[in-house]
Amino acid sequence: MMLHQNRPLVSDEASKPSAPEVVQRTADPVATGAEHPETAPLSMHDVTVAYHRKPVLWDVDFDAPEGHLIGIVGPNGAGKSTLLKAVLDLVPRVSGIVTIFGRPYRTQRQRVGYVPQRESVDWDFPVSALDVVTMGRYGRIGWFKPVGRADKEAAHAALDRVGMADYAKRQISQLSGGQQQRVFLARALAQEADLYLMDEPFAGVDAATEKAIIRILQELREKRRTVLVVHHDLQTVPEYFDHVVLLNMRVVAQGPTSEVFTPENLRKTYGGRLTLLEEAAHAIKRGGHG
Amino acid sequence: MPSSVADTGDRMSTGVTHASRFVDELLHVLTLQDYNTNVVVVGVSALGLACGLIGSFLLLRKRALLGDAISHAMLPGIAGAFMVMSALGGSGKSLVGLLIGAAISGAAGLACILLIRHFSRIKEDAALGIILSVFFGLGVVLLTLIQQMRTASAAGLESFIYGKTASMLASDAIAILIAAVVISIACLVLFKEFTVLSFDQAYAQSQGFPVHGLDIVMTALVIAVMVIGLQAVGLILMIAMLVIPPAAARFWTDRLHRMLFCAGAIGLLSGLFGALISTLTPRMPAGAVIVLVAGAIFFVSMVFGTARGVVRRVVEHVGLARKVALQHLLRAMYELREAQADCEVTPTVLQEGRFSADALQPRRAWNGGELQQAIRLARRAGYLTPDSRGGVRLTESGANAAIHVVRNHRLWEIFLITHADIAPSHVDRDADMVEHVLDPAMIAELEAVLAKTDPALATLASPHHLPSAGGAG
Repeated sequence: MMLHQNRPLVSDEASKPSAPEVVQRTADPVATGAEHPETAPLSMHDVTVAYHRKPVLWDVDFDAPEGHLIGIVGPNGAGKSTLLKAVLDLVPRVSGIVTIFGRPYRTQRQRVGYVPQRESVDWDFPVSALDVVTMGRYGRIGWFKPVGRADKEAAHAALDRVGMADYAKRQISQLSGGQQQRVFLARALAQEADLYLMDEPFAGVDAATEKAIIRILQELREKRRTVLVVHHDLQTVPEYFDHVVLLNMRVVAQGPTSEVFTPENLRKTYGGRLTLLEEAAHAIKRGGHG
Repeated sequence: MPSSVADTGDRMSTGVTHASRFVDELLHVLTLQDYNTNVVVVGVSALGLACGLIGSFLLLRKRALLGDAISHAMLPGIAGAFMVMSALGGSGKSLVGLLIGAAISGAAGLACILLIRHFSRIKEDAALGIILSVFFGLGVVLLTLIQQMRTASAAGLESFIYGKTASMLASDAIAILIAAVVISIACLVLFKEFTVLSFDQAYAQSQGFPVHGLDIVMTALVIAVMVIGLQAVGLILMIAMLVIPPAAARFWTDRLHRMLFCAGAIGLLSGLFGALISTLTPRMPAGAVIVLVAGAIFFVSMVFGTARGVVRRVVEHVGLARKVALQHLLRAMYELREAQADCEVTPTVLQEGRFSADALQPRRAWNGGELQQAIRLARRAGYLTPDSRGGVRLTESGANAAIHVVRNHRLWEIFLITHADIAPSHVDRDADMVEHVLDPAMIAELEAVLAKTDPALATLASPHHLPSAGGAG
């Protein structure tokens, strides 16, 4: 078990192709034991993603239960954003399969609403809040066609839902950080999706916005929508999410928050990459015995 | 070279040497009597329009330098095409052939930049600098070699570097016109797609837009507009036509469709006046004149632009400073009365107080001038009346405004203490800064939050019913 503890270059160790497989076989039963229901809003089978040969996600195996608010929690660099991007085909997968309601993402785009990190765009861009929200309808409108009245109205309604109706005409750089985040949320709402993927919607927003956003997420859940949220603040996890995915390159644990969000699992998630090696060593040992 | 330049100039206008003839020429051009001139002017104006439209997206995607590198990379293509065409027995001056060469080498330059970026750790700006200068250097070498060739006359090739409307035939101008119209239509048809690509590429991709395909189309449109602009503007200054009109347009509007319209118009005007001026002076490189016209429009836009021009910003800043000064004064008066009076501070209590500058001075870090200016502002706003004994008194509207300001301030203070985990010792300064930018909606939100958690505080801070939009603004 102590075999590798002195090695400083843990990530080199980790990048060996055999490492993820070892971990996968012996990972926590909660993490991998679930069946894959055929029409789960989101189903990830053994998804591995690597940037420049360095793995970011290892054999992620995960089903999102319908109608739940699911928090994705893990340390920096754990691959939380990458997990969302892997679902959306924004990063190439080395291996694995992702299905949305049982079908590939490219056939289900309109059913998936994506809220990227706020910092991912230039807020000086010359568009109004309403223009940004209207982009949520572009996929529906189709090529070359202008934005119609029904789409404008849907965008207005989405802005109203996030409490930003009065700011529709404002250029987006004149909004506060929290208001910008709400605009991004409204863009996803305007899409009227069934599955929402949100990348740190609470990052850098004021307390009032955080409350407003969580209220909207709860409304979505009441309507049996499924919402995956990359989340940083461990304190609010039990309050906000009924399901949680603990992620550190692989799924450490997933399931109802009350069962999974335990100090033991958190230690495994945040214990650094060393934890993986400990478990790999366990596996070798157990493999030898069994 | 100079003699042949004059030869080509003769195609457009007879030599302009005498002042009287210049005036005739001027009238001739300005009254649009010369068919060739008209066609050229229309063609270059259309070019400016197309540049403004596609340039807007180029600018918003922060690709201006990439565009510059591409246009410079076109030079070896022009020289190469000339050499190939001469070797094949032609005169080497087929415009279509030269422009195809330009497009190919521009695209090759772009490909090299992408390859360097992808396969090495060299940063983008360095990759751009390397390709721009190496391709341009190659072009200069090839041009020099061509000039030493005895068989072919290379005259006029340099006009692709600096631009020359004088060497333009009516048929060339008509080709530019048609191409510019097609490019403009492509921009407008793909407006929605280009917008989402430029604003949020990852989102566009997640929505199923083929972002790489759109990127290629956009880049192809940029290369196309550069190719048709080479003759008139020249490759060195081509990027200016793509960047200056949209950059100028940005000062006038915060909306993309208006920015496109405005950039197109500025490009068109630059082309129009640039072409007119340059046809009057045949030896003047048209590109330089067009760019100077665009630059002048840019400068005017930067100063007077209604959306984010300098003048507007200064006016807004002064307005905010005055608002802040006024609110500071009203709050100081309220606090002074609060300290003096034992009872609740009502509008009547406030109106009864007499305020002297000496009493107000220690309440804030005012220098004398600032306090006097704040008092002047308040008097102009009708908040103060002079007192017979030299001080000032609050009017009714002034008293209401003072209560309004203090209530907002305290609401915010309490909000920060109870909700944002900010050390109370830091609250006052933050409250001061934020209350001046709070809008009524936010204030209502704060009130609601406060009323929920601590109704006593909310009512305490607001003992009197006040119109919510009541104006300290």
